[in-house]
Amino acid sequence: MTQHDADASGPALRADRLGRRYGKVWGLRDCTLEVPAGAVAALVGPNGAGKTTLLEMIIGLLEPTEGQVSVFGQTSRADTAETLARVGYVAQDHPLYRDFTVADMFHLGRAMNPGWDQELAEARVDTLGIPLKRRVKKLSGGQQAQVSLTMALAKRAPLLVLDEPVSSLDPVARLEFMRDVMASAADAALTFLISSHVVSELERFCDWLIVLSHGHVQLAGPADDLLDAHRLLTVPRATPDAELPGTAVHRTDSDRHSTVLVRADAVALAVQGHAGWQADRVSFEQLVMGYLQRPSTAATTRNPAPAAKRPGPSTKAVTR
Amino acid sequence: MFRFRLDGSSGVPPYLQLVHQVRQSLLLGYLREGDRLPTVKDVAADLVINPNTVVKAYRQLEHEGLAGGRPGQGTFITATATPVSPEAQQDLRASLEAWLRAAEEAGLDDEAVTALIAVARQDLKKERVP
Repeated sequence: MTQHDADASGPALRADRLGRRYGKVWGLRDCTLEVPAGAVAALVGPNGAGKTTLLEMIIGLLEPTEGQVSVFGQTSRADTAETLARVGYVAQDHPLYRDFTVADMFHLGRAMNPGWDQELAEARVDTLGIPLKRRVKKLSGGQQAQVSLTMALAKRAPLLVLDEPVSSLDPVARLEFMRDVMASAADAALTFLISSHVVSELERFCDWLIVLSHGHVQLAGPADDLLDAHRLLTVPRATPDAELPGTAVHRTDSDRHSTVLVRADAVALAVQGHAGWQADRVSFEQLVMGYLQRPSTAATTRNPAPAAKRPGPSTKAVTR
Repeated sequence: MFRFRLDGSSGVPPYLQLVHQVRQSLLLGYLREGDRLPTVKDVAADLVINPNTVVKAYRQLEHEGLAGGRPGQGTFITATATPVSPEAQQDLRASLEAWLRAAEEAGLDDEAVTALIAVARQDLKKERVP
């Protein structure tokens, strides 16, 4: 990371009231967040939540309508070579030129990126057993993903953005791909931002969590801290949200009891000593699902009390 | 070389699972003072987990005085755990068996026993919260 140590102390990524409008519809709005250098951050949200919009503004493929986003202190600007060179990007469908050989792809990478590391690129595909002379269209899906990752790593960019990198891969290729991502994260102290809508696997990969839905950031921060600050409370059904310690995020009512995901500090949780109440730690998946199932208005306001419109006995977020 | 494993369904945070495994292996004698733990990168690649999780676990082990980093060499086990003495273990086991028999006579099945233990453990923890 030679050309970037100027601002190595600041966050790898900072978005400040970032927004993007498509016609009358906001794809993303009021997005303020930071990802520290060295983190492996998960960007989670359903399809249409604004994930790709955010990623494309970070890497400089899309101009913000309002606010700004910076990578290691430098503002991302659409269609500038500097911004594009600063971030390694692995797109969802691993777009490579199908008739190119792997060597051709590397040649292209070298031509477009001043910091290109040919040695790293060739060593990686050699280790993976991918011949340089093979054409892209003859590679398996897993190998194409690996070539895409290699292209991103060889840019020697300090931030790597991966958009749904494994969604098209089979379980083994998926694991091998993520194994390489984890090893390179350890090796070069790179910062990763990985978008996904598969929540279950993310806990082991990520230490930073960003939950996006309805074009708004619902939750962002260090994963462990967020897990510590949430509890799954089981309380008698009649208990209103206002009596709960902290803020109710998502509530599931049964006949006699309710299960509520609450966000609260340790003190608030310690003083709640009601008999018959049970407080359990939340799993990563429960936390994410709780926020994703929140109605869109709840991003800025408190969850309205008893959710009569969600009468089901339980939902995926609260039953394990 | 010591190898970690990960249980995705346990609900225990991954870094704590690593810490527990070292503690447990010390108790069981699988790890001894002077043993080198695998590098952060090796664990990250082996288990396919975030390297920061491994760093966090190793820091926790250092904090507990169980392991220490030697610059350029890696992380080593620095403590000999004091394993629970066989006598103490036997006593605990005997009283547990007596309790389990009583629970069975009272009509509790395995699941009820597990639930009861979980509740009791939670109550104990609550008492300890300041």
